[in-house]
Amino acid sequence: MIKNISNLGDAAVYCDFGSEVNETINSYVIDYFNNLSDLIKEEKIQGITNLTPSYNKLIVSFDLNFTNYKKTKNIIENLIIQKNKKKNNKNIKIPVCCEDEYGLDFKRLNNKLEINKDEILKLFFSKEYFCYMTGFIAGMPFLGDINEKIRCERLETPRVKVPKGSVGITEQFANIYTFESPGGWNIVGNTPLKIFDGINLTEPSLINPGSKVSFYQISKEEHLNWNE
Amino acid sequence: MSSTYFEILRPGINTTIQDSGRNHMYHEGITVSGAIDQRNYRLSNKLVNNNLNEAVIEFAYQGPLLRLKNNKINFSITGDVIFKIIRKNLKIEDGACYKNYILEDEEQLDIISTKNTAYGYLSVNGGFQIEKLWNSYSINTKANIGPNMGKKYSIEDKIFIKYSNLQKIKQMQLNYTELSDNIIRVIKGTNFNYFSNKAQKKFFNQEFSVTKLADRMGIRLSGHKLENIVSTNIKSEGLVRGAIQVPADGDPIIMLSDHGTIGGYPKIGVVISADLDRVGQLTPGSTINFKEVSLEEAQNIFKAYTEDTNKYLNENN
Repeated sequence: MIKNISNLGDAAVYCDFGSEVNETINSYVIDYFNNLSDLIKEEKIQGITNLTPSYNKLIVSFDLNFTNYKKTKNIIENLIIQKNKKKNNKNIKIPVCCEDEYGLDFKRLNNKLEINKDEILKLFFSKEYFCYMTGFIAGMPFLGDINEKIRCERLETPRVKVPKGSVGITEQFANIYTFESPGGWNIVGNTPLKIFDGINLTEPSLINPGSKVSFYQISKEEHLNWNE
Repeated sequence: MSSTYFEILRPGINTTIQDSGRNHMYHEGITVSGAIDQRNYRLSNKLVNNNLNEAVIEFAYQGPLLRLKNNKINFSITGDVIFKIIRKNLKIEDGACYKNYILEDEEQLDIISTKNTAYGYLSVNGGFQIEKLWNSYSINTKANIGPNMGKKYSIEDKIFIKYSNLQKIKQMQLNYTELSDNIIRVIKGTNFNYFSNKAQKKFFNQEFSVTKLADRMGIRLSGHKLENIVSTNIKSEGLVRGAIQVPADGDPIIMLSDHGTIGGYPKIGVVISADLDRVGQLTPGSTINFKEVSLEEAQNIFKAYTEDTNKYLNENN
């Protein structure tokens, strides 16, 4: 549950659920997120402008014109949490092409991890992942946990532009660049699948916190001719 | 459908539609966007008798050159902006900010540049003929969300204007003077203790410069490297407008309206809500000093800021 509540500036409450990253702590964060979301939608609480769940934190932003830190903190402290309000049963399969022009960092990974590309791919594709959060850029999923043998730190110098659709790994996590963006993750492939759809107003992100995600390999030809 | 529109003869550097921002979407990775300078945004709407949350055109540094087509309109510009009105008889009139004007069919509006600030605002009575997306008109160019396919405006684009009855508009001018002060007030961040004593002192006592890496996402500062003694990375977590992150290189970055919704660098501080307009208006090369305030002080300063804004908003009523 929440270990500590503090203020992040004058217009946000910082709820700290701990320092570890695992599915149990993350599910507490999501429970608070879901319960608060419903209260906002039902207009039972006022002044909250955003909820940002992450691995083990929840940030509750508010508008100082309508409420303040003390009042918002009070709401959070007195919440009666209904667990697993929205069970996310999504099971998503993502096609990825790992040929050299898409898998940009195999050389680096070879050097750092001392295992070859085939072995990296075998370990990467053989696991189902859990989505801890979406964010940074629209719809970007933060997935975990990848096999210990393929964990590697971020690039020393991040790329100015990571191509849209790139699939990256770093530490225990994997992600997908939903837009071209700066970034420092190790890129192992690229998906032609649309992960964020700005036209879909109710559910713009394909992958949401709690979703289960697995990847499967496709050829360059399949990638180029992908038709949704 | 209205047939009145601005034809863009020169787009300017970063011309977009903005409003009060897009809330309740951080969890999808969709940032808040909205006008960088919320006070000037609202004042521009006030000057043309709009709802204060109506969409406006925001421009940065060099603004657009616009030709009006098919009707006359009432407009105003706020900020620290040099602009000219090119009348039908080709007479060129110097424009003044915080004042409303009539622009006739085929006349042009040349927004030459901002002076000592980054952003300015153009409002039109009645607003623009555009659609809201997730309850906001704001253009988010990073994720291509909002009007104009989520892109900044280019040459030959058209921005349609809603029909409005100009008879109701009276001439209006506000006596507005921007506080030009380089002190930015800050509440200590959640990772303040990641920084050495020396770095903490430097942060609040030394001057920082705004670098060229300044846009709607954020402003990168330089001048004093802030030494981190715990860890230069944290597990990624939510960010807010005004959060000041310090990456491994020790140079602070202030988050603005288009910031990434989460970030993995330690936060040394957060700019108070009342100073967000001013911090967003900083231009490369300018200098700032951070001053520590408590949460309670920040709330009182915000009250004063709101009262001050309302004083202008209630003028001439």
